[in-house]
Amino acid sequence: MEVKEIYQLLEKQFPGKVGDFKGEVSEPYCSVNPEAIVEVSRFLRDDSKLKFEVLSDLTALDWPKEEKIQVVYHLYSYSNKSQIVLKVDLPRENPKISTLEGVWKVANWFEREVFDLFGVIFTGHSDLRRIMLPEDWVGHPLRKDYVEEEEYDGISTQRAPLVEKLLR
Amino acid sequence: MNETAPVESQGFYTEDMTISVGPQHPSTHGVLRFVVKTDGEVISEAIPDVGYLHRSIEKIGEKVTWHGYVPYTDRADYLAAMFANQVFCMAAEKLAGTEVTRRGEFCRAIACELNRIASHLISVGTFGQDIGAMTPFVHALRERETINNLMEEICGARLTYNYIRIGGVGYDILPETCTRISEFLDHFEPIVDEFNRLLSNNKIFIERLAGVAVVSKEDALSYNLVGPNLRGCGIKWDIRRDIPYSVYPELEFEVPVGTGRVGTLGDSYDRYWVRICELQESCKILRQCLKMLPKGPAIAKVARKFKPPVGECYARVEAPRGDMGFYVVSDGSEYPYRVRIRTGSFTAMSIIDKLSKGIMVADLIALIGSLDVDAPEIDR
Repeated sequence: MEVKEIYQLLEKQFPGKVGDFKGEVSEPYCSVNPEAIVEVSRFLRDDSKLKFEVLSDLTALDWPKEEKIQVVYHLYSYSNKSQIVLKVDLPRENPKISTLEGVWKVANWFEREVFDLFGVIFTGHSDLRRIMLPEDWVGHPLRKDYVEEEEYDGISTQRAPLVEKLLR
Repeated sequence: MNETAPVESQGFYTEDMTISVGPQHPSTHGVLRFVVKTDGEVISEAIPDVGYLHRSIEKIGEKVTWHGYVPYTDRADYLAAMFANQVFCMAAEKLAGTEVTRRGEFCRAIACELNRIASHLISVGTFGQDIGAMTPFVHALRERETINNLMEEICGARLTYNYIRIGGVGYDILPETCTRISEFLDHFEPIVDEFNRLLSNNKIFIERLAGVAVVSKEDALSYNLVGPNLRGCGIKWDIRRDIPYSVYPELEFEVPVGTGRVGTLGDSYDRYWVRICELQESCKILRQCLKMLPKGPAIAKVARKFKPPVGECYARVEAPRGDMGFYVVSDGSEYPYRVRIRTGSFTAMSIIDKLSKGIMVADLIALIGSLDVDAPEIDR
């Protein structure tokens, strides 16, 4: 099934809850309203024609100019060999979205990673802790405006000037 | 006092013990840590603690140019660096619409399959070692050494290759090297049988693995297990066959799946057995590639200032640890806006918490080994 058709099906099923569809870009995607993400994903997984059994990837993009954080879901259907990308726009100040743990178990770890590196809060998550960084780390490094602390636990994080010159 | 009365009624009781396995534990192949709660030998919970090897490869991607990022991808999975190279280049090529030369594609396939054999050898070798069989490990490393030498001939590096570049490959494969690869294959194929005699059909080895840590199909999908771990559950899914890329549609090879050869479908042995079968399949692919290797340039002409148009792309390949995906976003500049690496070990690691409930401590080691998790790939 074409991504366009899946999108039309979604629009019929959840009127007003799915945003615009971008088909002309290399990777077509659908925008979804934050409050509808759980029901949309459950529908995509359980529908007998769509059968998106796996959540291949869950990540986020930071867009400081637009004041938003986009959470990006890559769903894949082994039965139909089709992929769909869902995107959810969240405010940059206080990004909050429901967890998908109840739909795909793997979302647990993916969401922990996004929480750790982007600071997105997944409500209803059973174990929302940092996963890559230590518990007492300050900030969320994959945000574009992240500035590294000068030291962590008394260890300097700064480099010698010689190396810095070579960087951008 | 009645001697057959349960221990509790005599005023004794057992207490859960919390022990830390790792980060420096011989069976974790890298720096992994588990907080294990046990009641005697039986595990009630094993919570994975990852992140010791986090090098923020994704953040580095935003600071270096597209061409300059290729060496960094090597470090995502040091046992299968070629695949990370390839999938990043595939994503960049898809964004920019760059065509890869035909010889370049074949060189990629040859390098990748050699790398797959090397990676699986490490996997099955160390797995045997964890279970207590030292000799197969040495045999596996001996063969891998030959592959490392071949890799050095192909691209000058033994572990972190930086061989596959945007548009093709860095260096052409020389005819002498092709001869040496096919000599290696002649030598290696009988070795797989020897390996089976030593390890796969060894009674002790089978007893340790049959029926241990069984993964159901539903769990495999829900936890998004990929690669040999997924195929071990009997799901026939291989990206080389199902979402064809590179030259794989032209090649003939089987996709081995778990069948419950010695125990239950989806147990630790099945996952191991799929890797052994894949060794033979990779040999088959290599022979075909060597035969079909066309003439022509190994790399297409690509601008030095590589600037893909605004857009995003998700590319995936079948790496030794399963579906490896790169999600790249370009804002039209010389630097990627965002690079996201999705790896098989990360999702495989997340299932350990569930599978470890109620198994023995020694079986936890078998479980980690059979999932073939690789610490740098988890943490990136």
